[in-house]
Amino acid sequence: MIRYLGRRLLNYAALLFVAVSLTWVLAATQLNPRALFQLRQPPIDPEVIENQLLRYNLSENVPLVERYWTWLSGVLRGDWGYSPLGVSVAEEISTRMWVSLRLLLIGTLLGILLGVAFGAWTATRQYRVSDRVVTGISLLIISTPAFVIGHVTQIGATWLNNLTQTRMFEFIGETGEVGDYPLADLVDRAQHLLLPTLVLIVLGAASMSRIQRNLMLDSLGADYVRTARAKGLRESKAVMKHALRTALIPTGTYVAFSVATMFTGATFTERIFNFPGIGQYGVDTITNRDVNGVVAVTAFAGVCVLVGAVLSDIMVAILDPRVRLA
Amino acid sequence: MSQTDAGRRGENPTVPVLQVRDLEVTFPSEAGPVRAVRGLSFDVSAGESMAIVGESGSGKSVTSLAIMGLHPATTRISGSIKLSGEELLGRSDADMSRLRGRKLAMVFQDPLSALTPVYTIGDQITETIQAHFDVPKAKAWSRAIELLDLVGIPNPRERVKSFPFEFSGGMRQRVMIAMAIANDPDVIIADEPTTALDVTIQAQVLEVLKKAQQETGAAIIMITHDLGIVAGMADRVTVMYAGRPVEQGGLDDIFYRPRMPYTIGLLGTVPRLDATDTGPLPVLEGNPPSVVDLPPGCPFEPRCPMAIEVCRVSEPPLLATDGPGHVAACHRVETVIQESLTHAEIFPAPTIAESALAHVPRSERPVVLELTGLKRHYPLMKGAIYRRRIGTVHAVDGIDLELRTGETLGLVGESGCGKSTTLLEILNLGTPTNGSITVLGKDTRRLGRRERKALRRNLQVVFQDPMASLDPRMPIFDIIAEPMGVHGYPKPEIEARVSELLQLVGLEPSHADRYPQHFSGGQRQRIGIARALSVEPKLMVLDEPVSALDVSIQAGIINLLEDLQARLGLSYLFVAHDLAVIRHIADRVAVMYLGHIVEEGSVEAVYSAPTHPYTQALMSAIPIPDPETERSRQRIMLTGDLPSPADPPSGCTFRTRCPTYALLPEADQGRCRTVEPVLESWGEDHRAACHFARPLTLV
Repeated sequence: MIRYLGRRLLNYAALLFVAVSLTWVLAATQLNPRALFQLRQPPIDPEVIENQLLRYNLSENVPLVERYWTWLSGVLRGDWGYSPLGVSVAEEISTRMWVSLRLLLIGTLLGILLGVAFGAWTATRQYRVSDRVVTGISLLIISTPAFVIGHVTQIGATWLNNLTQTRMFEFIGETGEVGDYPLADLVDRAQHLLLPTLVLIVLGAASMSRIQRNLMLDSLGADYVRTARAKGLRESKAVMKHALRTALIPTGTYVAFSVATMFTGATFTERIFNFPGIGQYGVDTITNRDVNGVVAVTAFAGVCVLVGAVLSDIMVAILDPRVRLA
Repeated sequence: MSQTDAGRRGENPTVPVLQVRDLEVTFPSEAGPVRAVRGLSFDVSAGESMAIVGESGSGKSVTSLAIMGLHPATTRISGSIKLSGEELLGRSDADMSRLRGRKLAMVFQDPLSALTPVYTIGDQITETIQAHFDVPKAKAWSRAIELLDLVGIPNPRERVKSFPFEFSGGMRQRVMIAMAIANDPDVIIADEPTTALDVTIQAQVLEVLKKAQQETGAAIIMITHDLGIVAGMADRVTVMYAGRPVEQGGLDDIFYRPRMPYTIGLLGTVPRLDATDTGPLPVLEGNPPSVVDLPPGCPFEPRCPMAIEVCRVSEPPLLATDGPGHVAACHRVETVIQESLTHAEIFPAPTIAESALAHVPRSERPVVLELTGLKRHYPLMKGAIYRRRIGTVHAVDGIDLELRTGETLGLVGESGCGKSTTLLEILNLGTPTNGSITVLGKDTRRLGRRERKALRRNLQVVFQDPMASLDPRMPIFDIIAEPMGVHGYPKPEIEARVSELLQLVGLEPSHADRYPQHFSGGQRQRIGIARALSVEPKLMVLDEPVSALDVSIQAGIINLLEDLQARLGLSYLFVAHDLAVIRHIADRVAVMYLGHIVEEGSVEAVYSAPTHPYTQALMSAIPIPDPETERSRQRIMLTGDLPSPADPPSGCTFRTRCPTYALLPEADQGRCRTVEPVLESWGEDHRAACHFARPLTLV
């Protein structure tokens, strides 16, 4: 098992290297950081611009191969480079990573949990009213773009705030005005988290419930559930112990994957609720022509995907004896 | 727990453990209510076995689920089901759960999917015990080990910790039986328990089931379509047709004095292992009806040659016949009894064309297919990313076969023996791992693209599953015309040929624009045959062409194949696991085991004196639909499962399961272990590969 995982990791590392290098080539040839300075008013001396770009390994006057080598040797030393304006990319990622984590962890996990529960429950009630209602709502949510849901909740929250004459819902940034009572800091953060978390839960639960419902329907009709009933297990117990347990195998891999990749998956939520996280950073780096930033975000996303893949391998081995032992 | 139960059960032997009265089961469906079971009554006493026989859709499995109380709530069930005198219908699920697995146990058809993949065998057996008895885990586990030992699982102490995927199908069915008898039930329902298994494994599992009955004294309800199994297992029989019991009685009454034409027809149409007459089989025309919207009258009437006016108007009640406890539902019972009609009179066999080649001696007929030293090995790979070869699967390991014009060669063996690989190699017309394939005088290793395509026209195939082998989105005209288009037949000719072909296989040419879904299994197999025939092949490869069909349909397809062979001078390579079908249709037979041919020869020679111990075991494992024969038969049981073809035993590959080997003195065993036996002649056209072969008469 360890050897197997080791081999897989090695393979992933090679894959990641290729992917990041390709991104670098793409970013370095397609983004034009010089334009950032050329449009400034008052105009900046071209020599100053050139020096600034040369300092951050961004000048297209240096041959591509040479720039690639400079970038690569920097990365190998742990230096991911700087934005055209001189902000350290690594520092940016390391602070934003935690912002994303704080924002997303609760929402993602609760969304999955709720989705699994709803999916499994509706599967046992296939084609009854409750199933149809849940199915309808989740399809509605899935087909609504995330930014629409984000804005609609914000409008609703503002309306509620006005109605109750309080500031229960805060939805700009991570923190706001902190009161001076004990634990005020925490309460403030929680207030800011409330709305985006709600959005994340709703979005996650909606799609997860569809997946889990289908998985559960397959295993509910399985012969071994009938065997369990023939042994004398009550329906609820046969469903929980035999059907749900088997239907969770694919869910496990999906969850492992989506938890690892959640950092980069919530661009809209971060944007709308103004959380300076990784997803928002990814978009910003492109608009700011930040070659090193784009590459670093890609590398970070790549690592997340690979960690997700390894986690789901481990997860499936834990959940499925056929994989573990065969 | 078992002793007290056995005592109590002895107290009142006159009350049957299970009493079913006027059972009616109706499902809602989009096409209207499906009356799946209509008026079924029977009694089963402790220690007794009752078989419910019927084809798909006859209501036999629905009955078993109704007794277990496992139908969904939308199912309407009426009548009465009494267990030891207590009514089961109308009980709450909680109430029924206390009985299920405790007093009522069930063994399902497909052992591969009947066990939960994520729990160990031990967990699943102890779950059955602990669902009903408050026993400590350790005690339940030791009981599980006892049970595994009882059902014949070797090393039960270690195997109890295995997961289902580590067991073969036969072993899993043993586990299912262990689970069924764990709480010493009063009634065991076995729903087609061996249909998914190979014949030698089937024989083992049926033995285990008999043993389980002896241990528990339970009543067994055996649900099956296989009349051979009924003859060997049952005390009494219920024959069902379209949801109705049409005949019920003691085993010998049903087999020797059947009174209802359907039963008579069923018994007569089945090809038998012990039948020496290979003339055309009597045929039950038509298909079983759909149970939605049944017309008035006897549901068997459209297929019954004895039907009279009254049969169309009123459904006959189940009435006493001449035997004690023998009832039949037929308006013509009186006539059947008085004239003691048998299937030969009621279902006269059709006439089949005689082949022009019938009088040409075999040695003068040209060879159409020749395999010499054919080998097909597959690399055994491991790993998803770094795939590496860790061994070799010896799927076909050096076989010689010869098929001549106008004859049928039966290729027999259990799953995993290499018969499908052999077929694929022939159809592939490519280069095998070793050896050669010669089709119509052409060595396939030396074919060019054009030649290969031309040769394909002469080599056509009919598959096992008629449901899966026809594209559901193509009308059958297109299905049959497609091969002709590929081989460049002119358009007007194709159209004429499709109707001609439909007529040839016994279908209505005007149905050419219908889709496969509108046809029954047997009709779809006829479409598959028409498609194969469309390009006028000389050689047909038939891969289990009747094994997926209902018993009453099989005879018609077998007759059709024989008729076509005679009329068109076809040669058949007929692959099957059913030795009885092969005996009927084939001229010569080759028995395969683990990639080798262990015995081959003319059907008469091989069946009258099977010589290889494997052939003998295979033949003795096939149940014969004749209670007398079944009672007096000598059974050769094989132990264990087929070894993996990736790691075949040294010397003789059969020695690990061979009953002869087990009895040999040590010195002779050495020979089997080291020297691979070759085919040696045992008479004119009869060869077997065994160092210590000894012909036996089995049937």
